[in-house]
Amino acid sequence: MEINKRKEKDVMVVSVSGRIDAVTAPDFEKNLSESIGDGEKTFLIKMNQLEYISSAGLRSILAIAKVLKTREGKMLFSELHGPVKDVFKISGFGSIFTIYDTEEDALKQC
Amino acid sequence: MDDNVQSIVVLAHLSSLQKSVAFISSFTRNMGFDSRRLSEIELCVEEVLVNIFNYAYPGESGEVKISCRTGPEGTLTIEIVDSGIPFNILSSDDPDISLNIDERHVGGLGIYFVKQLMDRVEYRRENNKNILSMINKSTGVSRPVDKS
Repeated sequence: MEINKRKEKDVMVVSVSGRIDAVTAPDFEKNLSESIGDGEKTFLIKMNQLEYISSAGLRSILAIAKVLKTREGKMLFSELHGPVKDVFKISGFGSIFTIYDTEEDALKQC
Repeated sequence: MDDNVQSIVVLAHLSSLQKSVAFISSFTRNMGFDSRRLSEIELCVEEVLVNIFNYAYPGESGEVKISCRTGPEGTLTIEIVDSGIPFNILSSDDPDISLNIDERHVGGLGIYFVKQLMDRVEYRRENNKNILSMINKSTGVSRPVDKS
């Protein structure tokens, strides 16, 4: 798993590539938690290069989303595909989070 | 396809995950599953293993045996055996996937995936071992996921 972050106005755009599994999920959670600690409130998670996510990854996402909600922040997603899209669908995460087809679409809503 | 069985035994620890998934992937790669189905199988193997790693041997170390077997008509059976505390994943409650962020609990999804995605899942407790079998038929066609 690799994480690249950049700021677009008030939005922290997080590109995550590779795999978020039980081994890498804690790193993902820690990385985003640090940004929350720095005061970031709006996150766009770009998943166009994410090949795989398991329930451990979803658990981390939910944990971060819960923290953000208490700070009036939010977490958006874009460019889900393949197995990642399927996992979001089956888990119901596709309904509880807002998912955009492109980064551009997501940033327009922020 | 001729019957073929391969097994590995790994330490019941998260550090064994990568090796275990690689073992499954190399066995299933040429069985005629499409890439989506291979990914679903890999996901379910991870979910079962991580559950064992986390809960089967509280406070002590243990092992997990993973076997792959091909049967008639491209059937793949993945058997995962541990000697830890008795646990039948089929008897666990499904998470409520309609809840919102606040109400949603963080656990239970992995087992739910296994129950939803595998063609057949069987559990038995034998000789103080948990024996879980995930059976999938390779048809070359993946189960469709509703895109609505």
